[in-house]
Amino acid sequence: MEMMRKERIDRGVRVRTAGLYAISTWREMLYLIGPPLFLIVGMIILPIVLEFAPYWKRVINIVCVYALLALAFDFLANFVGLVCLGGAFFVGIGGYLSAIFNVYFHFPVYLSIPLATIGGAALSTLLLMPALPLRGVYFAIVTLMYPLLATRVIEALNIFGGTNGIIGLDSLPNAYVEHYLIIIATLIFLYGLRRFVNQDMGLVIRGVKDNDQAVRASGISVTRMKAFAVFVSSFMGCFAGAYIAHMYSWAGTSLFALDFSIIPIASVVIGGGGTLLGAVVGSFILVPVSELLRNFGTFRIVIYCVILTGFIVFKSEGIMVYVMRKYHQFERWVKV
Amino acid sequence: MEIIVYGVINSVILSLTALGFTLVYSIARMPNFAHGALYVTTGYLAWLFMNKFGSLPYPVAIVLAIGITAAIGAFMYRFILIRIRGMEISEIIATYAIGLAILEGLRWGGLRGMTFTLPPFIAGSMNIFGVSVDYQRLLIVAVGIIVFAALYLFTHFNRVGLALRGIAQDERAAMMLGIDSDMTAIISLALGSGLAGLAAIMLLPLGNIIVEVGYSVLIFAIAVSVIGGLGSWGGTILASFIIGFAQILTEAFLSSQYQMVVALLAIIITLLIKPSGIFGKQKELEERV
Repeated sequence: MEMMRKERIDRGVRVRTAGLYAISTWREMLYLIGPPLFLIVGMIILPIVLEFAPYWKRVINIVCVYALLALAFDFLANFVGLVCLGGAFFVGIGGYLSAIFNVYFHFPVYLSIPLATIGGAALSTLLLMPALPLRGVYFAIVTLMYPLLATRVIEALNIFGGTNGIIGLDSLPNAYVEHYLIIIATLIFLYGLRRFVNQDMGLVIRGVKDNDQAVRASGISVTRMKAFAVFVSSFMGCFAGAYIAHMYSWAGTSLFALDFSIIPIASVVIGGGGTLLGAVVGSFILVPVSELLRNFGTFRIVIYCVILTGFIVFKSEGIMVYVMRKYHQFERWVKV
Repeated sequence: MEIIVYGVINSVILSLTALGFTLVYSIARMPNFAHGALYVTTGYLAWLFMNKFGSLPYPVAIVLAIGITAAIGAFMYRFILIRIRGMEISEIIATYAIGLAILEGLRWGGLRGMTFTLPPFIAGSMNIFGVSVDYQRLLIVAVGIIVFAALYLFTHFNRVGLALRGIAQDERAAMMLGIDSDMTAIISLALGSGLAGLAAIMLLPLGNIIVEVGYSVLIFAIAVSVIGGLGSWGGTILASFIIGFAQILTEAFLSSQYQMVVALLAIIITLLIKPSGIFGKQKELEERV
């Protein structure tokens, strides 16, 4: 009896050694730069294309915000090994700091957002410092509590406007600045992070995840590496938070809401953990779906969670890994 | 005196809520982030059985609700978690997602407002050392002691219970002796969910059945387990007494809004001093902290 087996072969062009590609034709070049070019150009012309659909134009901003948060989660979980269930904490810190700078100190927008981003990242890293020696479950547990705690503290002490939040932030100068600020930030962080994790420093950070004892044996402080990774991650989160606060001209306890924690996680799982690009793709799929389901209220979270569980159980590699495999390899049936 | 009496009661309440979580973690090595969701589900089911589906008598409704919750836990493992066991990140995300789905699904399904309450088992109150305590709270303490005694007997003098302990101590050796690891995990999840349900039935008559209770129960359960050392039962009891008294003290001298802050501060202090928890000896190597 004849047995058939599926064989998977790399496409010839994927010859890559230490950053050098062996390419000779335009076709091969297009093969390599086509997908990133599609993404970059697509994201840049998206606000122009959606000019006739003002509602969806605003959704782009939210998509990019979630993409940033998803990148932060993906970096922390799949490259450093710290599962942070409280992404909303970064958003809240960034948003509140930006609001304080803008409303209480009357800083202009272009000063308050960078200040809130850097200051917020430093503050979040400092606050997460006690949790940094932890791994796995312990870190997840502690970070899960941070946003909830922040909400309680703000409500209990009745600071920063209490439950009403801080109102009257300056909005961004015009709609195009609003769109392109976040789109370009997303692209920079996406490709910057991807480059970063392949550098020496990124290698050390990935070493922390795989074998932290080996990193320690090399004379590198594991905790300092983790702190740096948390700083990078919360930098993105705080920027997203500061941006949201200025977009809505409002900072309140809902910046610590569950949505900012769970949707990025769902995006990463759907897009494919550890690919970085998957995080962006995942939020480009999930957030518009979420907008379509706006009428369902909290039922949206149920839908994410069901999708999330489904993906984690049945397709844990995610969309992006699957697509990349299909793109870089082809399959054929051969006789055994 | 009031602080001591209510401190003890609060500690027993905390240990009841944390027991299910600790049990699942100690045996199946799986952090059950759906714990709070199962807690609320039981309360809601009991309410439904009493008020919507043929108005069953209270004891029947309780038994049914706890049974269904235990079954949910078992099914959760059998059909979902079994596939991702051992992958830590996936376990955390999946159980958290299931818990969120249940809680937010209940909220969407109409679990809102203050209309959902369970009646106390026995109304009335009595004086202990000059402090007025209602019977429901006394009953909670009694049930807490009974549950702990029953669990001790079950795990020390019963074949199934011994198998659970065997898996918890050394999974490979236990499997070599013919103990089915998946079966024990199913049993432990069913037991843990059942305990969450029991805690819900005992504690929910003191307040309303609302979704937010699920989150706070999860957080307190986790706080207690982390401080006691994940998976250690003795540690769970000790930690719940520490947090329980700390909470009552903050409530007496500050305000009840600081209860959550106390829990988190306690966690952070514990993690700084002894990251594996008070009684978490065996995992010091594993966690490498």
